[in-house]
Amino acid sequence: MKKLINKPDDVVKEELEGIALAYPDLVKIHYEPNFVYRADAPIKGKVGLISGGGSGHEPMHGGFVGMGMLDAACPGEVFTSPTPDQMAEAAKMVDGGAGILYIVKNYTGDVMNFEMAADMLRAEGIAVQNILIDDDVAVKDSLYTAGRRGVGTTVLAEKICGAAAEKGYDLQKLSDLCRKVNINGRSMGMALTSCIVPAAGKPTFDLGENEMEIGIGIHGEPGQERMALKPVDEITEMLALNIIEDEAYTRTVREWDFGKEEWADVELVDPPFQKGDQVLAFVNSMGGTPDIELPIIYRKLYEICEKKGLTIVRNLIGAYITSLEMQGCSITLLKMDDELIELWDAPVKTIGLRWKA
Amino acid sequence: MPITTADVLDYLQEVADVIGANKEHLTDLDSAIGDADHGINMNRGFQNVLKKLSSVEDKDAGTILKTAGMALVSSVGGAGGPLYGTAFMQAGTAVAGKYELEAVDLLAALEAALKGVVMRGKANLGDKTMVDAITPAVDAMREVVQNGGSTLEALKRATEAAEKGMKDTIPMLAKKGRASYLGERSVGHQDPGATSSYLLINAMLEIAQGKGQD
Repeated sequence: MKKLINKPDDVVKEELEGIALAYPDLVKIHYEPNFVYRADAPIKGKVGLISGGGSGHEPMHGGFVGMGMLDAACPGEVFTSPTPDQMAEAAKMVDGGAGILYIVKNYTGDVMNFEMAADMLRAEGIAVQNILIDDDVAVKDSLYTAGRRGVGTTVLAEKICGAAAEKGYDLQKLSDLCRKVNINGRSMGMALTSCIVPAAGKPTFDLGENEMEIGIGIHGEPGQERMALKPVDEITEMLALNIIEDEAYTRTVREWDFGKEEWADVELVDPPFQKGDQVLAFVNSMGGTPDIELPIIYRKLYEICEKKGLTIVRNLIGAYITSLEMQGCSITLLKMDDELIELWDAPVKTIGLRWKA
Repeated sequence: MPITTADVLDYLQEVADVIGANKEHLTDLDSAIGDADHGINMNRGFQNVLKKLSSVEDKDAGTILKTAGMALVSSVGGAGGPLYGTAFMQAGTAVAGKYELEAVDLLAALEAALKGVVMRGKANLGDKTMVDAITPAVDAMREVVQNGGSTLEALKRATEAAEKGMKDTIPMLAKKGRASYLGERSVGHQDPGATSSYLLINAMLEIAQGKGQD
C-alpha cells in the first residue's frame, strides 16, 4: 500500500486537523465525537441540514459544509457509518431552533445509526426528520436487497436543500424537497480499479488489467457485473441508458410521522424520465480518474441525452463523491424544474462547491 | 454454578481478545461480499468496551452489558454498531439488577439480544446475516434449558448450533446489508456478521468451561 498517510488509524483525525487549519473561515471541527460544522453555526431560525457517512468519499460530506449547503457533516471511519452520538452532538451544535434534517444515504449502517441519533434528539425535544437518498439504478430490486444505494444524487440534494434551508424553508417543506430530489435523481457507477482502505492495506477486490466492474457503489464493494474493458463511449452509453431507461422504482422507506409520533413506512415511487425533461447532468470521478477523462464522458452523455429527448440545463463535472483512489466514474441525471434550477443556482460557499459567494 | 458478574467481565475481555485475534479473518470475509471493515470495526468497538468496564465493575450484570452496548453503539459504526450495541443493551435489560445468572437468565439475555437485532435490522432467517447464527443458538439453548439442562450444556449446544448456522450462510443469497447488492455473487461466501456472532457465543462457552475447571 502506497498512501500519503502516517498511521492508518490517524487518517480521519489528521484530515480533520488539516481542514481546521486550512479553512477556519468556513468550518470548525469538533473532536470526540467527530464532526465538521459551519463556522457561523447555529443560524437562528434556519433548519439545520446534516449529513454524514463513512470517510473516503471526499469532498463529500465535510467539503460541503458551509453557506448554502450543509450545517454539519459527521465523518465515520473510512467507509464506515459514523455513530449516533456524533450525529446527535452535531445536531445540537447547529440547531437554530427550526429543527434538523438528516440526509441519509441508503446503506444499512447509515440508516440504523441516523435513526438511533434521531431518536436521541427527539428525546431532548428537537424536531428531526430523516430523508433517504437511494438513487443507484444498478440495484434493480428492493425486495431482495437493502434497496438502492445512495450515490451521486446525494451531492445534488445537499446543494439544493442547502439553498432552500438558507431561503427559509421549514422542516416539512425541506423534507418534501429532499424527497423530491431523491425520487427524480438516478445514478450508476463503474470502476476500472479497486481502492485500498487504509486500515485493510490491500485492494478490496482484484480487477484484471483488461477488466472493469459495472454497477459499483462507493465503498470499493464489487459491483454487479465484471466485463471486458470497453472504450469510454460504450461505457458512457451503458451507464446512461441504464439511467434513462430505468422504469418506475418503488420501495418502502422509514420516515418519522410527526402526527403519530412514530417511525412510519412510506412508499415512494421514482417516476421514469420522459422525452422533453430538463435534467442536471453530473459526471463524477471516483477519485482516481483524472479530469482529462471526464469531459469525454460528458461529451457522449450529452449526445445520448439529446437523442433521448432530454435537455441538459445544468451540469456538474468533477470528483465530488469518491471512493478513495478508485479509478472509475459515475453518472447522475436529475430531473429539474424551476424550483430546483433556482435553488441549484443559488450562492454556495463550501470547500468543495463554491459559486456566487 | 451460576455465572457471576466477574464472569461477565471475563466474558467481555475474552470477546475483545477473540475479536482482536480474528480481526483480519472477519475483514477478509467482509472483503469478499461487503466493504472490508467488519473486523476493524468490531475490534475498535470491543477495545472501547474494555475502557468503559472499570466504571461498572461492581455493578449488576445488566448494567455491565448495557454499558458494553452503549460503548459499541458509540464506537463501532457501520451496521455492526447499532446491531451489536442493541443486542448487548437488550440483553442487559433482560438481566437488569442480577448479580448471578442461571441458565434461564442466560437464555433470557440471548433471546432479548436476538429480538433487538431483528427489530433494528429487520432481517429474517435465511437473509445471510447475524440472525442466521444467533437464531439456531437461541433455539438450541432454549431446548436444553426447558429440559432442565445445565448452563454448560446449554452453551455447548448453542455454540454448536451457532457454528452450523454460520456455515449455513455460505450457500445463502444475501438479502440484507451491503452483501445483498451482489445478488448471486454473494453465494459461496460465509457471512462476516454471522461469523462474529458465532465467535461471541463461543466465547461464552469458553468462559463457562474455564469456570468448570477452576
